[in-house]
Amino acid sequence: MTAEIWSQVWQFTPTLLWAMLINVQLLLALIALGLVTGVVVALIEVYSPRPLAALALAYEWFFRGVPELVLLFLFYFGLTQMGMDISPFFAAVLALGFRSSGYQSQIFRGAIQSVPPGQLMAAHSLGMGTMKTIRYVILPQALRLSIPPWSNEFSAVFKDTTLAYGIGVVEIVRQARYISVRNFPLTLPVFILVAFMFLVLTYLGNWGLGRLEQRLHVPGLETHAKRGEAREL
Amino acid sequence: MNSNSAAHLLKVEDVHKRYGREEVLRGVSFTMERADTKVIIGASGTGKSTLLRCINKLTDPDQGRVWLEDQEITGRRAPVNNIRSQMGFVFQDFNLFTHLPALDNVRIGPQRVKGIRRREATAVAQEALATVGLKEKAQSYPAQLSGGQQQRVAIARALAMSPKLMLFDEPTSALDPELIGEVLEVMIKLAKEGMTMLVVSHEMGFARTVADEIIFMEGGVILEQAPPESMFRNPQHKRTGEFLRKISDLYGESE
Repeated sequence: MTAEIWSQVWQFTPTLLWAMLINVQLLLALIALGLVTGVVVALIEVYSPRPLAALALAYEWFFRGVPELVLLFLFYFGLTQMGMDISPFFAAVLALGFRSSGYQSQIFRGAIQSVPPGQLMAAHSLGMGTMKTIRYVILPQALRLSIPPWSNEFSAVFKDTTLAYGIGVVEIVRQARYISVRNFPLTLPVFILVAFMFLVLTYLGNWGLGRLEQRLHVPGLETHAKRGEAREL
Repeated sequence: MNSNSAAHLLKVEDVHKRYGREEVLRGVSFTMERADTKVIIGASGTGKSTLLRCINKLTDPDQGRVWLEDQEITGRRAPVNNIRSQMGFVFQDFNLFTHLPALDNVRIGPQRVKGIRRREATAVAQEALATVGLKEKAQSYPAQLSGGQQQRVAIARALAMSPKLMLFDEPTSALDPELIGEVLEVMIKLAKEGMTMLVVSHEMGFARTVADEIIFMEGGVILEQAPPESMFRNPQHKRTGEFLRKISDLYGESE
């Protein structure tokens, strides 16, 4: 690959960056949807009566069991055929967001269950109802404990945003294809550039989440198994 | 509906609780008046902790009724959270909220349950921490405190709600021996200041210093109930005497 080819690729960098912005928007929207839905699903699994909890487990099973591309098609073509005027972008947010919620709920469920039951009793003994207990006692601990596994999910779904290509979202891979189709010699360098952009952004994302974890760090909350050691300090 | 007409501070009437086949509580009744301190003793497995938890409904009794003044917590539509907020509960293993510094652990009740403004709730929490001698530890997280300090924060957390009654479930059993004294000291202070306290504990020194009555439980019922001195000197049941001798050997008579 000559210097000339790279200078041609350079021209397309702004176009690619704009397309990457679509992936980032997709990421933010789907991970937010997955976060909220995932927390709710996890809370239902842990705290609600059997039938509802079983429904939540079935939800998880569905969204973890169906391939991403199939989900994308189901949402986009399904909703379109049902007469809904839905954009490919929005369909991608729903399909990938609900899918992510199936994984995030497992992260949150584990974290919620690791809050010692004694603390729930203590909250109840103060007169807190279930909602207040969840809000002030369970979630602040569970969400902190979720950050490390959640970082993995974050990187995974960021890369999954490229699958929106499959339903016609003009995100970075589709944009890179447009460029390479018209300038065949640029195919490889363009995709090298795309790969590089993802590497940089996942690194930045994980670095940010690591910082967040440090900022929210509370002595004694690393894992509850370590509490005994921490007390010795 | 109100059969606590004599208006005892606490009235427990014929409470039963069964876990599977085992009936842990088999009809427990007693009352407490304002500023009373009563200590419940008895071998493990006789339902002492279950009884305490039935009083604030952390455990649902199968049968029987419990009143705090004129409010029945066991009533069908009882405002359970509201009645609980009027009773403090101190647990054997503290159960402080791991993610909150001592001050926030104490403030969370007044602020989030009573809905008092943050600034006032902070003042209430600071005062409660001062009562247990931990004002300077306000910003420490539970993991940075010793067991004795954690239990004192837990007492402050209950106190900050200005409870009408405090329930203590073996508050010193999880502590290293050298840390028991500081917790008992706080409890003695509270009792002397007129707090109404119901304490499950085998600390006989504490019982003799401040208890108005000792309640001896066996097999899910109250076998005997009397002021400490008369129970020690003149137990009505053979089992009471045996048990008192046994724990006096084990725990000693000192605080």
